[in-house]
Amino acid sequence: MIEILEKAAIQNGLVTAFAVVGLIILLSGQISRRLTFGRVHGSAIAIVIGLALAYWGGTQTGGHKGLADMTLFGGIGLMGGAMLRDFAIVATAFEVQATEARKAGLIGVVSLLLGTVLPFIVGAAIAWSFGYSDAVSMTTIGAGAVTYIVGPVTGAAIGASPDVMALSIATGLVKAILVMVGTPIAARFLGLKTPRSAMVFGGLAGTVSGVSAGLAATDRKLVPYGALVATFHTGLGCLLGPSLLFFATKALVG
Amino acid sequence: MIIFGTALLAVCHLLGIFLGDLLGQALGVKTNVGGVGIAMLLLIFARIYMQRRNMLPKLTELGVEYWGALYIPVVVAMAAQQDMVSALRGGPVALLSAIAAVAVCACVIAVINRTERPQAQTDGAPILHDNPLLTEAE
Repeated sequence: MIEILEKAAIQNGLVTAFAVVGLIILLSGQISRRLTFGRVHGSAIAIVIGLALAYWGGTQTGGHKGLADMTLFGGIGLMGGAMLRDFAIVATAFEVQATEARKAGLIGVVSLLLGTVLPFIVGAAIAWSFGYSDAVSMTTIGAGAVTYIVGPVTGAAIGASPDVMALSIATGLVKAILVMVGTPIAARFLGLKTPRSAMVFGGLAGTVSGVSAGLAATDRKLVPYGALVATFHTGLGCLLGPSLLFFATKALVG
Repeated sequence: MIIFGTALLAVCHLLGIFLGDLLGQALGVKTNVGGVGIAMLLLIFARIYMQRRNMLPKLTELGVEYWGALYIPVVVAMAAQQDMVSALRGGPVALLSAIAAVAVCACVIAVINRTERPQAQTDGAPILHDNPLLTEAE
């Protein structure tokens, strides 16, 4: 019986994922209403449950894709993978009011640039204070503080060692998770209310995954505005990381 | 037909990714530069253009809006496949640089957003979306 059921679930991975995620969202909606009396957004709880399951999956399989590494939940990998994630993000653009987006265009670009340079400086400075004082390691770890894709792309381009690369990816992952969990908590402090504020957030907080999940857990209406800016983050980081930022670091530390 | 909406979304998505790849190549970067953002802009323009010409029946809109409404579930699935173990095992350097980077950026966001004139919100609360599939999500 159980084996037949398991086989059905594994063979229909994506369908299983729909059912599992639906169950998580149902459960988090109940937790939000019954335990926090609506104070904590249901989506925020669902994302935290997702992250907890990812941790559990990671410890069970030793893989790098959380729950998606378990054969039973392989469909989660497809459902939450880059393809469907980007497809859903693009679909949210349908709700964008073009006038609102245009009003905040310039400040969006400014925050995008700040969102690349500031985390880089902070990450590189902390790497330096921990003894990673060569330009290549500093740049790679600094780039990891931009996003976890910029880190390894930059590291590969300038020839960083594998352990620095791993550190750089870990930095980016911690950042993404902090943004996911922290955004709904800090929403009031960040002033996340308007489309413009969401675009500033998207540029500065970086990481598509962090921004998309953080805004989803705060206010679903703001998602497209933040995502519109955040999706340029990785590209800009990969552009500046191995070039301008690397040369600047090299000029500073020799 | 609902598939027209989904197909429009798919065409914008693919075209955006393609243009992002081209842009990346032109700039000499190994990755896609803003492909998803370009796709979003294409969809915004496509919507405005088609609405003006009355080419956007409700059913076609639903083909896009369904995927917009599936956004949060997809994000939950994305959260469930993060590499939590590596993130937590990164040690103090990874932890500290991430926390410091997020803290600095959070302060800058807070400062910039406080410069926004509050008047902007009061002149007729803008309708942020009209996706009927989302009414319950709020």
